[in-house]
Amino acid sequence: MADLFIYPEFEVVRNKDRCIACRVCERQCSNGVHSYDEECGVMVSDEARCVDCQRCVSLCPTRALKIVKSDCTFRENANWQADTIKEIYKQANSGGVLLSSMGNPKPLPVYWDRILINASQVTNPSIDPLREPMETRVFLGKKPRAIERGEDGKLKDNLTPQLELSMPVMFSAMSYGSISYNAHKSLAEAASRLGIYYNTGEGGLHEDFYVYGPNTVVQVASGRFGVHADYLDAGAAIEIKMGQGAKPGIGGHLPGTKIVGDVSRTRMIPEGSDAISPAPHHDIYSIEDLRQLVYSLKEATQYKKPVIVKVAAVHNIAAIASGIARSGADIIAIDGFRGGTGAAPTRIRDNVGIPIELALAACDTRLREEGIRNDVSLVVGGSIRSASDVVKAIALGADACYIATAALLALGCHLCRTCQTGLCNWGIATQRPELVKRLNPELGAERLYNLMTAWRHEIMELLGGMGINSIETLRGNRLMLRGVNMTEKELEILGISHAGE
Amino acid sequence: MKRVVVNEKWCLGCHLCEYNCAFANSGLKDMAKALKGKPLFPRIRVLDGGDGITFAVSCRHCTDPICVRSCISGALAFRDGAVTIDKERCVGCFTCILVCPYGAISRDADGAVQKCELCLKNGTGAPACVRGCPNGALTYEE
Repeated sequence: MADLFIYPEFEVVRNKDRCIACRVCERQCSNGVHSYDEECGVMVSDEARCVDCQRCVSLCPTRALKIVKSDCTFRENANWQADTIKEIYKQANSGGVLLSSMGNPKPLPVYWDRILINASQVTNPSIDPLREPMETRVFLGKKPRAIERGEDGKLKDNLTPQLELSMPVMFSAMSYGSISYNAHKSLAEAASRLGIYYNTGEGGLHEDFYVYGPNTVVQVASGRFGVHADYLDAGAAIEIKMGQGAKPGIGGHLPGTKIVGDVSRTRMIPEGSDAISPAPHHDIYSIEDLRQLVYSLKEATQYKKPVIVKVAAVHNIAAIASGIARSGADIIAIDGFRGGTGAAPTRIRDNVGIPIELALAACDTRLREEGIRNDVSLVVGGSIRSASDVVKAIALGADACYIATAALLALGCHLCRTCQTGLCNWGIATQRPELVKRLNPELGAERLYNLMTAWRHEIMELLGGMGINSIETLRGNRLMLRGVNMTEKELEILGISHAGE
Repeated sequence: MKRVVVNEKWCLGCHLCEYNCAFANSGLKDMAKALKGKPLFPRIRVLDGGDGITFAVSCRHCTDPICVRSCISGALAFRDGAVTIDKERCVGCFTCILVCPYGAISRDADGAVQKCELCLKNGTGAPACVRGCPNGALTYEE
């Protein structure tokens, strides 16, 4: 039932002088906002259907369209704000849990924006990355505690499996099912060209993508969808997903409408059935249980692949990370509370979890204090938005970053946050063939490649400015960071000084 | 010689190529001024093949073009790898429209025939349909 209490959120503004009634907007809108009035010869719109995905705006050849936020207002109230009131109306109408997509949009602190990076002046030279070599390569995995030599005096190879990344960024988990075949192909192709990794998420690996295996992280999550021996063998690393930043503590739910054709085959579940991932792994109730799964997976793949354990950033994250490091995992991935999702209960997305910056600093500090930092690599995600966020994360102690929202933006996502409807006009979060084809993976891969190449250049510029010529030298180098607009406690947790100190 | 290559796999059926074509050949600077409220005379057409398949069709610039052979006034010619038209010489007999196996020739607003000339004459550089295609369904290749 349509909710009469809620006035449409957006308005479609059409410049009548410019509109040539080419009807591109009508053909491109899967929500059915635009239509052509034959009698009057003009385009009309039903703004109640608009989700502000900007597809029509981007494709309108005469720039005749814009979407604006409706200024229809409730009486102002600092306590009962418009969104809160609308949510009450929605729930009173539907009786259901509110659902949202992508990351937490609330105005909670973004610590990246309160951290500033150092640069060399006078007393130490900065480095020009255009003229001098600069290393952005990183290796993820357990590092040996000591160099060992054999009786012949030669170095013993005691290195466990590592992931080699040309730059400290990977595409994080997004399942085939939650995103389209073409979106997955774009990520896989770009990762392979860039020498980094993408992640299958909990959707299995489509048979067409086995060729990208050397650049694929295969995920094992609580529903175990799509997991079989060939799948584990195909990937370069295996990730056990314990939690996700957007919805810590709960599982996943891909509606049956998206479980069609190849998605159903790849997940190994019947067509049309809901794919429900349980909240916990039912075989993991302790670190010891986690250790069993880590070693089962290592055993199944002849100890040739590093195992990643991914958790959401929650209150006791440092202790949890310490436990994971002791479980035998090679890499810990931590997902902050601003991480994205294809669908999550709104209350959980907006209120559960902690910022990744604090979680990262706390984990790195704890692992160092316990002398086990070398046993694992740290990968962080949950809204890494730019090359400077990457540099700040590395300086706080991360080995690499996971990006997903930024990658989807590169593919055309406009963060309308209605992935759960399956009507994505950009061909990303949909399984409808006519929408999926809107994302040409050749163009998608090119855009991702461009984005990462640009970030790599920026990372090198920032490193050079600090007088550093390798990512490895920056890792955990918190002296390169200063905080502004933060309390004593925040600075203490981040382990950085205030600007001016 | 480069050709406009069509890949129906990525064609969205948005018809933007038709509008970009008509605009590029209008000689005007503003698309709204060129196309608003007027019948559209594009040299490329998006066809619906059913089953969700759409694709654009424009002149293939055949190496032995039947349209050129059929032209009674010598308006159509095959030059430098492209089939071009001299509208001054076209008498509007439309024989070329009848013989073109692709249906790529059409009548223009003035009664002469028009066809894709790869934007070689209108000063837009690369073909406007290719440049404006949002999904790479049209490419300009050797």
